[in-house]
Amino acid sequence: MNYALLKSTALAIAGAALFGFSGPAAAQNAGACLITKTDINPFFVKMKEGATAKAQELGVQLSTYAGKVDGDHETQVQAIETCIASGAKGILIAASDTKAIVPVVQKARDAGLLVIALDTPLEPIDAADATFATDNFKAGELIGKWAAATLGDEAQNAKIAMLDLTPSQPSVDVLRDQGFMTGFGIDAKDANVIGDEDDPRIVGHDITNGNEEGGRKAMENLLQRDPEINVVYTINEPAAAGAYEALQSFGKTDVLIVSVDGGCPGVQNVKEGIIGATSQQYPLLMASLGIEAIAKFAETGEKPKPTEGLDFFDTGVNLVTDKPVEGVESINSEEGLARCWG
Amino acid sequence: MSEAGTAARGRQGFEEAVDGGDDAVAAFEGHEKTLLDRLQHFLHANPTMVPVIVLLLSIAAFGIVAGGRFFSAFNLSLVMQQVSIIGILAAAQSLVILTAGIDLSVGAIMVLISVIMGNLAVKMGVPVGLAILVGLLCGTLAGMLNGLLVTRIKLPPFIVTLGTWNIFFALNIWLSGAQSIRSQEIDATAPALKWFGESIGIAGAQFTYGSILMLIIFAVLWYVLNRTAWGRHVYAVGDDKEAAELAGIRTNRTLVQVYAVAGLVCAIGAWAAIGRVGSVSPQSFQEANLQSITAVVIGGISLFGGRGSIVGPLMGALIVGVFNSGLRLAGVDVLWQVFAIGWLTIIAVALDQWIRKVSS
Repeated sequence: MNYALLKSTALAIAGAALFGFSGPAAAQNAGACLITKTDINPFFVKMKEGATAKAQELGVQLSTYAGKVDGDHETQVQAIETCIASGAKGILIAASDTKAIVPVVQKARDAGLLVIALDTPLEPIDAADATFATDNFKAGELIGKWAAATLGDEAQNAKIAMLDLTPSQPSVDVLRDQGFMTGFGIDAKDANVIGDEDDPRIVGHDITNGNEEGGRKAMENLLQRDPEINVVYTINEPAAAGAYEALQSFGKTDVLIVSVDGGCPGVQNVKEGIIGATSQQYPLLMASLGIEAIAKFAETGEKPKPTEGLDFFDTGVNLVTDKPVEGVESINSEEGLARCWG
Repeated sequence: MSEAGTAARGRQGFEEAVDGGDDAVAAFEGHEKTLLDRLQHFLHANPTMVPVIVLLLSIAAFGIVAGGRFFSAFNLSLVMQQVSIIGILAAAQSLVILTAGIDLSVGAIMVLISVIMGNLAVKMGVPVGLAILVGLLCGTLAGMLNGLLVTRIKLPPFIVTLGTWNIFFALNIWLSGAQSIRSQEIDATAPALKWFGESIGIAGAQFTYGSILMLIIFAVLWYVLNRTAWGRHVYAVGDDKEAAELAGIRTNRTLVQVYAVAGLVCAIGAWAAIGRVGSVSPQSFQEANLQSITAVVIGGISLFGGRGSIVGPLMGALIVGVFNSGLRLAGVDVLWQVFAIGWLTIIAVALDQWIRKVSS
């Protein structure tokens, strides 16, 4: 068997596959690309699931790409270039480097593609035609409100630990952190900066890298600063699980932990009372709405519009808790589990 | 002979000229003994003293700056808990660095093994003892793979372990689906996985079994490296591989064993890590590879191999922990903690180079 034969066989197979799948979709004839940060994060796995299902339903031909690790910018650039060359109608992208990706996104838009940023807004946000994302500030605000309402009058004397993401303070980190404070009724000062508040109820901020080990260490550190902590904000649910372990080892059982994400293990922790409340986001919905938007754009040339009052399309966030409070809308953990990702 | 002869014959006249001369035995030209020179010589003879002194000084300094909260028995034992996993990895790393190699995959092996143990015991219902044994075996094999690639294919350790770091990381994500196994699931099915998270309290201090394990691992390795033939072989191979080979040491076999033992130590660390974190967390410890190297370097083990004591990396890990804790309690931003550790590393290596100059 020689190389040329191999190659032609491969081409024939590819060709057959192409005809086989594109047959029923020929009427639509729209191609779309989904580019995510990585294939390893359950959040993006769910995103891919949502896009694939919707694409099949609408007869959109979907190609998916992902960076090797979070922060792999190069692979995403190549993916966009491949998409432009393939003649796709639109691109859905969760960008790893929100600034550096802008020129190549512009190239795609100049070539007539609809570019929608998923989950992570580009910088500037209007570098994409539209952004479908969770309102992370609102996500933080919801758990802040819930914590304050749960404490009632005691909220005035709360001692709060803030478990953030990384020292570089990416936008999701800032939005959730500042949203929580605003919801709790704390003056967050500059809403673009973590840690500039002067409310004595905030014991301190520490970083977790968004995992259990970091969550535990950060919680230990803040408890060393003030053992009276009774409210813990966490950037995500793995960090919350780590914080819970630290609280246990310090013998503290009556601490409110709140979080953001809505992954299945996290919602399970809400159900078991380890996390008091979490704000759930919907990656599957982001992707399926994105595919719908591309299909519509291919048909009518119409671009999606942002949610009123925001500069992006809000794909929604729900507070998940089994201890609902008045004035804050929420769903219970059963419903949260039915809609969780990962 | 000469003394007896001289005594028998009696002293002869021409020999009296000797009395006026220098009666010292032939010697090299002496160093000028400044205080700095003496210090340099002292440290060259006792390389472990550098990290010990730095550790004591930093504890004292932070005790003054951050006050009682830092200096409490509880906080110091907390520092030990926090560094226990990096400390165990640093012990594994030291073995490899003593042979003039480097192992970038230690953290990846550890996380992979914790996922293997968790998957077997919690998800597949394998008896927990067996799950741990399989984990320890897999860790040893992973280390052995590194060793075989270094010795048989003759690739530089840096390249081999850079590759296996990625390979083990990918396997970890594949096996875990990047999803943690929750603490409560472990409690329900295989609580023994979290055994190293338990602790005993002594006079306000809280020692987890994990931090005691770290001390035991260092003690065992100290004994092996200093009191057994195999340990001396490790030093010899690191100092000069060809000379060691000519001296009759089977250097390649020693190297493979070193990497395998390092893998085993990482696997033991994996068990301890489940106890420390509380869950099986595939996303944790992503920076552990490099943190272990930092601890080894600050601990005064030479990256050129064959020099340094295993006690050093324990001190190195503790120094990093003390710095982090002290700076944090003094209210210093995380950013500047990272900054401080960076300088500490560079200064430690610079110091090592300076001390090495004594012998050249």
